[in-house]
Amino acid sequence: MLLETLRPSVSDFSSQTGWELKPEGACRGDVCVPLPKGAVSSGRVDVNVLAEQLGMPLVQEEAASVWALGPAAGVTGHALSTAVAPELKLPDLRTGQVFNLSSLRGQKVLLVAWASW
Amino acid sequence: MWQELRSELHPRGLEIVTVALDIEGPSAAREFVDAAHAEHPSLIDERHLVDELFGVVNVPNGVWIDEDGMIVRPAEPAFPGRNPVMESFRSLDVSTLPPDLANIMVEVKKIQTDPEGYLAMVLDWVEHGSASRYVLSPAEVIARSQPRSTDEAAAAAHFELGEHLHRAGRIEAAQAHWRQAHRLQPENWTYKRQAWNLVSPVVQGPTDIYESCWIEDVKKIGAENYYPSVVP
Repeated sequence: MLLETLRPSVSDFSSQTGWELKPEGACRGDVCVPLPKGAVSSGRVDVNVLAEQLGMPLVQEEAASVWALGPAAGVTGHALSTAVAPELKLPDLRTGQVFNLSSLRGQKVLLVAWASW
Repeated sequence: MWQELRSELHPRGLEIVTVALDIEGPSAAREFVDAAHAEHPSLIDERHLVDELFGVVNVPNGVWIDEDGMIVRPAEPAFPGRNPVMESFRSLDVSTLPPDLANIMVEVKKIQTDPEGYLAMVLDWVEHGSASRYVLSPAEVIARSQPRSTDEAAAAAHFELGEHLHRAGRIEAAQAHWRQAHRLQPENWTYKRQAWNLVSPVVQGPTDIYESCWIEDVKKIGAENYYPSVVP
């Protein structure tokens, strides 16, 4: 997730990282990580606190006043924190419209990542 | 490559979703989708979100998601029963090529894939659903996904920053972050190949910009290890 502030809104944080903020803590699929007080206040997330709790590296590009918050490394030690498939919203090359992976619920899905290179 | 399989299996409850991981966007990927007359969702992922979301470190990779939205096989090398690209390479006479391309093709021919084996797994899943022996438990799915410690997570952050800077036209700054991503996660072929391809298209050869190139890194690990064997 790219950040111009270390106190983004809860909705921005959740939509971009896939981690929802609930009373139980930061939740993704079926896993929740408890958060200390102060992690969330006034509808904003303290990224430093979340980064520490979830093991997300925070990398700064000083010249551009932007940070990148990396994915959580501290939950399972693997790329997947949960087997629940994340939401994925990307443009469809055939239509130009954004397609939601979750719209295929009810079918088996084989997701294939490929590249022209 | 995937449309043929999709035509056969869609009536039996399987949808294929292809995602092109390509910073250069629709212009790079669309011709392949058009040529295939794809009837399935054919997505474009300029920001390489999928790499981070699913732990994709090379292409092509497949992820299985069941009807309830559970991942039942994490990202692994995937081919639709045939590997037409590899087939065309195998029959290529390298002596007809210029030396740098010939050397690359010598390595490419050593790459091991098992398209028939992967297809058999997919067919078994379509036939047997959750009872398929290729369907993995949630714990197994997580355990088999790529390792992610702080270094791998930082690699993703650097790659993302690089893409953002590249998009803004700040190419050298982007390349510095991509070099760091390569150092932090050397096994991530996606981060390497995408970055190399932008400065050395097709051959992804040596440059002053990056510390290595495709053929050097492939020789280091052995071409037969380029795609890890799929464990049923």
